[in-house]
Amino acid sequence: MRYAGTAHKVGDHIDTDAIIPARFLVTTDAQKLGENCMEGLEHGWVARVKSGDIMVGGRNFGCGSSREHAPIAILGAGMPVVVAHSFARIFYRNGFNMGLLLLEVSDDVDKIADGDDIEVDAASGVITNRTTGATITCAPVPQSMRELLDTGGLVPYVRARLERENG
Amino acid sequence: MAHTLAQKILQRHTDEAITDAGQIVRCRVSMVLANDITAPLAIKSFRAMGAKRVFDKDRVALVMDHFTPQKDIEAAQQVKLTREFAREMGVTHYYEGGDCGVEHALLPELGLVGPGDVVVGADSHTCTYGGLGAFATGLGSTDVAGAMALGETWFKVPPTIRATFTGTLPAYVGAKDLILTLIGAIGVDGALYRALEFDGAAIEALDVEGRMTMANMAIEAGGKAGLFAADAKTLTYCTAAGRTGDAAFSADAGAVYERELSFDVTGMTPVVACPHLPDNVKPVSEVKDVTVQQVVIGSCTNGRIGDLREAAAVLRGRKVSRDVRCIVLPATPGIWRQALREGLIETFMEAGCIVGPATCGPCLGGHMGILADGERAIATTNRNFKGRMGSLESEVYLSGPATAAASAVTGVITDPSTL
Repeated sequence: MRYAGTAHKVGDHIDTDAIIPARFLVTTDAQKLGENCMEGLEHGWVARVKSGDIMVGGRNFGCGSSREHAPIAILGAGMPVVVAHSFARIFYRNGFNMGLLLLEVSDDVDKIADGDDIEVDAASGVITNRTTGATITCAPVPQSMRELLDTGGLVPYVRARLERENG
Repeated sequence: MAHTLAQKILQRHTDEAITDAGQIVRCRVSMVLANDITAPLAIKSFRAMGAKRVFDKDRVALVMDHFTPQKDIEAAQQVKLTREFAREMGVTHYYEGGDCGVEHALLPELGLVGPGDVVVGADSHTCTYGGLGAFATGLGSTDVAGAMALGETWFKVPPTIRATFTGTLPAYVGAKDLILTLIGAIGVDGALYRALEFDGAAIEALDVEGRMTMANMAIEAGGKAGLFAADAKTLTYCTAAGRTGDAAFSADAGAVYERELSFDVTGMTPVVACPHLPDNVKPVSEVKDVTVQQVVIGSCTNGRIGDLREAAAVLRGRKVSRDVRCIVLPATPGIWRQALREGLIETFMEAGCIVGPATCGPCLGGHMGILADGERAIATTNRNFKGRMGSLESEVYLSGPATAAASAVTGVITDPSTL
C-alpha cells in the first residue's frame, strides 16, 4: 500500500472533539462526518483537503473520548493516513478498526511541514517527503494490520474472514 | 528475549514472536465480556459484521450488572435485547437474575478468568483480572464485537511500568490505599498506554482480592493493564473457583521496564482521593471536617468478602450517623451469602446500613444511591469525576472499606485508626 498527497499539519493533543465536535455525532455516515472534519479546530478547515491527502499530527493525537466517529471523519474527509508523533490509545485502536492507517514517527514528525508533498509506503514503513527529499522510517505496519486496512476496517474485515472461513 | 508479565501472557496467545514493546500482535482471547450498557452496541456491530455465531459459546460473558435490577424502561430494553441475543447465540455465561453480580467480581468467582488468560471486555475496569495474572483490558464495543465473532483481537505490546511495594502493611491500610498512592504519584495519565506490573513483599503478602482491587484501578492511571504474577495464592483462589490446569508464573529475570517505582508501605496511613480526580490523593488525617451524606461500600473495586469483613469490623457495635445513608452492596450473590453466613449482614443491619443487591448502581450514578446538589459521598468505588454519582454539584471521595465505614459512623471523613 502506497499513499501520496499533501500534508495537513496540526499541533499536539488534538482531541476527538477537535476532530469531530459532539454536535455532529447525530450520524455515522462517513461523508457527512468528513464534511465537518476538524470543525472543532477551525471552522471550514476541511476545505483545504483533497482526496488522498495526509493528516500530520503532533503528540497524543486523538486524545479524549472513545468516539469512533473521529477516525471515520478523517477517512470521510478523504485522508486515508495519519502520521503523528504519537497517538492516544483508544484512538489508535479505533483508527485501525475503522480502516485508517496510523503511523507513529516520534520527533521525526518535524521533518514534515504543512503543505509538503509526502508519500507513505505502509509495507516498508518509509515516509518520503517529496518536497524536501527527507525520509522517515517507522516500524512497518504488520501484515495482519495491513489486511485489516485493505478490507476497510474491522467490520468488513471480520465479515470477509467469516465468509472465507464459512465458505 | 526476557519478557515482562504483559509480554509473557500475550506471547502465549499469539503465533508471532514478541520481541519489543510497540509491536502489534494478533492474539487469541480467552474470554470476551460485555455488560448491559456496552453489549447492545457490540451486538449491533456483530450483526453488521455478518456474524452468525459467537466464536465459542463458553467464552463470551454477558453480565447485566450496571442498571440492574432494571431501573427504568430503557435499561429493561437494553437487557432484553442482550438476553435475546444470548439465547439466540446459545451463550453459556449470560447473567441477569439471582445468579448475577458485578462483572469483575463475578467472573473470577465463577472461575471464568485466570492466570495467563487474555481477556477483553467492553468495560474499562476489565483490567481487574490482572490481579489473577491475566492480561485483561477494556476495548470499544466494535472491538469486542470482533472478538466475539473471531475469538481474537490485536494488541500493541505495551511497555511496562514496574511498581514495587516493600514493607509490611499497617492496620487499616489496604490494597485501595496502595493503588490510590500510586495513582497520586504518577497521575491519571501516568501509565497511559502502559502496563503496570506490581511486585514486592507487600504485594506477595496481599490476598488475591486485594490484588484485584489494585489491578482494577490501573485504568485510573491511564493504564492498559495492571498485572500481578500468579503465585500459590492465585492458584489456591482459582482452584476454589473450580478451575484446573492453572500454573504459577512471574516476569522473566532481566525483563526491561520503562520505569521503576518503589513504595515502602510500612509507615503508610489510610488515604482518600479527593474530588474530582482519582490522582488527588491525600492522607485521611489531612482531610479535616469534611462531612458526608452518603457512604457506598461495594463495586468491582471493593465489594468482595474481604472488603465487607473490613467494613464490618469497623461497624460492629457501632451505629451509622443519623446524617448518613450507608449503602452496602455485596458485589455478587456468592459474596452476599458468605456475608450472611458470617453474620456480616447482621452487623451492617444492626449498625443501620442499607444492604442492597449486587449491582454497579451508584458507582456510575446509575441508581440506588444518587447524590443531590451539595451532597458528598465517600465510596469504595473507583471514579470521583464531577457528577459521577449524581448531581454535577455533588462530590465523591474514594477510599478503602475501613475508612468508608469509619466515616459512616462519624458523618465526617475519618481515619479508622482514630475511631
